[in-house]
Amino acid sequence: MSSAPFNVHPSPSDNIAEPEADAGIEQTRRTLLLGALATTACLGCSPPARAGEDPPGSDERPQKGDVLVFSEGDQEGKLISAADVKAGGPPLHAWPKDPNTSVVRSASRLNEILIIKLDPADLDEKTRARAVDGIIAYSAICSHAGCPVTAWVKSDVGDKEVFKCMCHNSEFDPRAGAQVVFGPAPRRLAALPLALADGSLTVAGNFMGKVGGTQPG
Amino acid sequence: MTRKQWLLSGFVAFTCLASSAAVSGPIENYSPVTAQRLENPEPNNWMLYRRTYDGQGYSPLDQINTSNVKNLTPVWTFATGVVEGHQAPPIVNNGAMFVTTPMGQVIALNAKTGDEYWRYKRQLPDDLFQLHPTNRGVGLWEDKLYLATTDDHVVALDAKTGKVLWDTKVQDYRKGQYLTLMPLIVDGKVIVGGSGGEFGVRGYIVAYDAKDGKELWRTYTIPGEGEPGHDTWQGDDWKNGGGSAWMTGNYDKETKTIYWGVGNAAPWPGETHPGDNLYTASVLALDPETGKIKAYHQYHQNDSWDWDEVEAPMLIDLQRNGRTIKSLVHPGRDAIFWVLERTPTKINYVAGWPFVFTDVWKGIDETGKPIVDPAHKPVIGKRVEFCPSLWGGKDWPSAAYSQRTGLVYVPANENFCGGFTGEKVPLKPGELWLGTKPEDIGLKVKPGADHFGELQAWDPATGKKVWQHNFPKSQLFGSVTATAGDLVFVGGTNDRNFRAFHAKTGELLWEQKTNSGIVGMPVSYEIDGTQYIAIQSGWGVDAQRIQDALATNNIGIEANVPQGGVVWVFALKK
Repeated sequence: MSSAPFNVHPSPSDNIAEPEADAGIEQTRRTLLLGALATTACLGCSPPARAGEDPPGSDERPQKGDVLVFSEGDQEGKLISAADVKAGGPPLHAWPKDPNTSVVRSASRLNEILIIKLDPADLDEKTRARAVDGIIAYSAICSHAGCPVTAWVKSDVGDKEVFKCMCHNSEFDPRAGAQVVFGPAPRRLAALPLALADGSLTVAGNFMGKVGGTQPG
Repeated sequence: MTRKQWLLSGFVAFTCLASSAAVSGPIENYSPVTAQRLENPEPNNWMLYRRTYDGQGYSPLDQINTSNVKNLTPVWTFATGVVEGHQAPPIVNNGAMFVTTPMGQVIALNAKTGDEYWRYKRQLPDDLFQLHPTNRGVGLWEDKLYLATTDDHVVALDAKTGKVLWDTKVQDYRKGQYLTLMPLIVDGKVIVGGSGGEFGVRGYIVAYDAKDGKELWRTYTIPGEGEPGHDTWQGDDWKNGGGSAWMTGNYDKETKTIYWGVGNAAPWPGETHPGDNLYTASVLALDPETGKIKAYHQYHQNDSWDWDEVEAPMLIDLQRNGRTIKSLVHPGRDAIFWVLERTPTKINYVAGWPFVFTDVWKGIDETGKPIVDPAHKPVIGKRVEFCPSLWGGKDWPSAAYSQRTGLVYVPANENFCGGFTGEKVPLKPGELWLGTKPEDIGLKVKPGADHFGELQAWDPATGKKVWQHNFPKSQLFGSVTATAGDLVFVGGTNDRNFRAFHAKTGELLWEQKTNSGIVGMPVSYEIDGTQYIAIQSGWGVDAQRIQDALATNNIGIEANVPQGGVVWVFALKK
């Protein structure tokens, strides 16, 4: 039981009158009745794009030749060069950008990328093959429940720093293809091969592996 | 019909099957659910979140009692095939059982045999960000079921077949809006409250017509311009003030009033949203016909600790100081056991006391406002520690009330403190907006602690604790159910056990290790003269977050608790 002082004053017999508030109805619903559309059972299978908001290509996955731009912070939108990626982390967060149309592919959160520079000697063979001078990239979306992977912290189960999803504490080792080292995530983060063009980082191919969370069944 | 039309209709039928596949269904002789049945439910059924509108979590069945509970044995199990937190009570209507799982599945089972009738699988969007991958059950009305989903839809299903009848988008999941609760059904209205307090939403409670999904009313928990309570906010803070309403409300059928709990203010540090911040951390009394707010009580002002007060208060008639009080009883996340009085126009403060250690409150004033100790209130730019932790004295798992003992049974947690450094962070719709770095959030075990979880039994009329059972190496993170057999059932521990306690003494009478940890709600029902106890075992979400935090405290507790949902049903060995 509490040992802290805790003073309770007895309640008076009458209370202050409570205000009442009118409830406004915001007409934002989209109700679909069975019979109007036979596809009702599959609503949510493929959510509609946000019409009129996003330029064409902005929700497409990263593609070969895309450049990378900061997705957050003071330099948001600025091109990421190899020099921007400091050795040892923490990871930068990036969006892919189509160099031909200048469209940043930020309309889908599944496109966010983690970029980190590690000692190439610490990378396993497959990871090193996708890296540029120790710089490697992965999807920033956790394979467990689709949360963003935001932290670069010492692992709960080892002495190395790892990517960590703070939603449900899954940890991924970027040195070994972002394999799961702790937590409920069922599989590694999708990897994104990189190349270098005129000092800027570019995408060398499609995501390797499934991006996003798992749904059973 | 042209060949093209025929092919199209065939394709549509196929895609619908992908969402809802009958196994052995349909359910024959389904009993339609009426207002009368919900207001006076048969003892053999469990058709509402807490069985009855008063939220007491009490079953009048007494075949299983303190003398014979030692003979309780599993009679059937059913694997859901899903991981993460299985928090839903198995809902039972005259032999038909409906369980929901994380990721938006509904499974219809024969409550006697465990045979599957049908299964609905929600096809969730690929880009969904599930902070809380869970679901707390389906509401029942007539021959339909109502599911609230993490991609922020309310879906009506045919109870007999699982087929989708209507599907209504509530708000935009891409902006951090989602649903995890069991809808409250009142007089043909499907009422839900939104989640998203960690995404800077403006909370709301909304009602839909059970027939067609048409929106009937929507009440925001954060008053807008010109509404009473708006002056408890500054500037535009109200637009993203939190106040999510992510747990099922209770209902006073006599006065036709809904009582609904409201969550934390956003972001967490109160400094970022000066004022009392109505109606965060409050209970609202609502008219189910219009959604109009009749009355409110704010448990604590200017919330800064992520202390949602979303579990709706239990409606209990209390004998106190020689008179009957129509009370609202709420063991709060803010560590205070609240006793309030409900009247047709007001909610009065009656009493409050700490049920676990807290250094945040110095006391409660005569109006019912807790008096804060500024040393333990998070601020910007400095780390502040406070007790209890972010998960509070009791989180969302429900307490129960026994009509036989007159006691309230609380799944409490003691010896946990928390802390974080507040920071100003710009809001990005759809992204976490905590007002601190997620990796900065701590859970500290108090030095010398010999236990964490506590199952407490309180007399709400006198404020006296009657008994307490301690869990030395585990949190307690599961809902409690009481029965007329003078039993209290609860899971909630990291050792995967499901337990029964003597309601009067707290003696542990029975336990059964299950496949996973239990964060779900026990229910009781009866078929053909046999009383059953049912529970979903399936660990995850915040119970696991606490487990991970415990594991980092170097106190010999491992992080791993196996996951995977299984429905367990028990009866007395014959």
